[in-house]
Amino acid sequence: MKQKVRAKVLSQKKLTDGIYDMWLSTELAGRAGAGQFIGIYTGHEAHLLPRPVSICEADKDGEALRVVYRIAGRGTEIFSGWKPGDEVQILGILGNGYSIEAGCGKQTVLMGGGIGIPPMLQLAKELCMAGTKPVVVLGYRNNQLFLKEEFEPYAGVYVATEDGSAGTKGNVLTVMEKEQLKADVIMACGPMPMLRAIKNYAGEKHIEAYISLEERMACGVGACLGCVCKTVHKDGHSHVNNARICTDGPVFDAREVEI
Amino acid sequence: MNTKVTIAGVEFKNPVMTASGTFGSGMEYGDFVDLNRLGAVVTKGVASVPWPGNPVPRVAETYGGMLNAIGLQNPGVDVFVERDLPFLQQFDTKVIVNVCGKSVEDYLAVVERLGDTAVDMLEINVSCPNVKEGAIAFGQKADSLYDITSQIKAKAKQPIIMKLSPNVTDIAEMARAAEAAGADAISLINTLTGMKIDIHKRSFVLANKTGGLSGPAIKPVAVRMVYQASHAVNIPVIGMGGIACAEDAIEFLLAGANAVAVGAMNFVNPRATVEVVEGIEAYMQQYKVGDIKELIGAVGE
Repeated sequence: MKQKVRAKVLSQKKLTDGIYDMWLSTELAGRAGAGQFIGIYTGHEAHLLPRPVSICEADKDGEALRVVYRIAGRGTEIFSGWKPGDEVQILGILGNGYSIEAGCGKQTVLMGGGIGIPPMLQLAKELCMAGTKPVVVLGYRNNQLFLKEEFEPYAGVYVATEDGSAGTKGNVLTVMEKEQLKADVIMACGPMPMLRAIKNYAGEKHIEAYISLEERMACGVGACLGCVCKTVHKDGHSHVNNARICTDGPVFDAREVEI
Repeated sequence: MNTKVTIAGVEFKNPVMTASGTFGSGMEYGDFVDLNRLGAVVTKGVASVPWPGNPVPRVAETYGGMLNAIGLQNPGVDVFVERDLPFLQQFDTKVIVNVCGKSVEDYLAVVERLGDTAVDMLEINVSCPNVKEGAIAFGQKADSLYDITSQIKAKAKQPIIMKLSPNVTDIAEMARAAEAAGADAISLINTLTGMKIDIHKRSFVLANKTGGLSGPAIKPVAVRMVYQASHAVNIPVIGMGGIACAEDAIEFLLAGANAVAVGAMNFVNPRATVEVVEGIEAYMQQYKVGDIKELIGAVGE
């Protein structure tokens, strides 16, 4: 069941330029899975819509959620000013996440690009707990790495940077080739050009791939039809070639979407 | 305390409805709202066949509101009748279907298909600013509005509400045209055509370039137009545009609306509709208003 609830800021810190790490105390945490998201309200009457933010971690007791977000506009800028103890409002838990079953017992490679990295942490943890240690390939712009060490207990970690200042120069797929990594399943989140390249790569190599899409959203619950993506087949709900990213996704089988 | 209102012979338990396009067909808000509490659910626009809508981005936030250019994506009237209507019929609320089309024939096909169903009323969308054909083209000239209204009225088995656009010079003239053509009621306002530009990318934020502005930012315009329209006609008026809370809804009633609808604020506060119902009751108690009809058009001149 989706709810709009109050949540309390437990901690907030800056990880690197424009990227913030916030823990929220909320009863919704117990229902959160990897790849799902919450809507966070700004609390400001001029900036009304909830901002969709992916879940980076849900604590094991089901009492707190961690979000790692980038300042992308006025709303996220407001979030970055929140202090421990502040009361905020959130909407959740939203969307369909990654299937842990689909990655279990296989060579599963997680790929995160930029602000698509945070949801990979919860996913790596859940796969590990289910008995499958994944490989994680993280793509950054430069050597301002964030969250990298936190993946190390749960996964074999590789890094790519656009400018070559850390790890492999290039992107997540450059790492796949250079390190001769094999994948039965890819699970990815990141900017659209990266997801498009992964869809093509997985298609050529006949690898199952699950990608998390992003779009401007309003309601977050499937009512407004603001955040659709093109689908290969007619969608069962819309009866046209459009699926709702907020409710049918955000994670889709790469073969099913046209991006 | 009586909160019932009657529009074209249809009795609503209270005057609070959902605005078309902001509530799906009710299902999406089932986790948040007991639909039995609402006067009516007004559905998203329904066309004769499935419509794919516009490219993304389709929505953008603006100061105190938002722009949308969904383009009336919908699964078509057959899916509505088979899937959404049975869902809505489980609840003790009235069902108003918003009808859209590219041609008069499209509208008539939907109206006729719904004729023998349990739908209570039809709201005819002649005011969506986001589709190239139909919709607003019928709603910006008084003679076109008269023409389509009379053609639909001739075929409709349910009472019809004409949903008016605020993107006109004289709203009173449009209201009178709808009334003269036989409309049973009017609803207003639909969204105001707007635009947002990303100065860093030097591009339009919406793929459609323009979109419909809604949310609290438009409320004063909506209240003014509801006042003007309700004073121009004798048919009931359903008022909407930026309603966030009961105080806003009461403003519309005082301006002359017989009922109100909550739109974009459903996205912000999924319980907004029920909170408006409860807030109106509290206001009636506070001011000892025995019947909600005492509030309609009761602003002192």
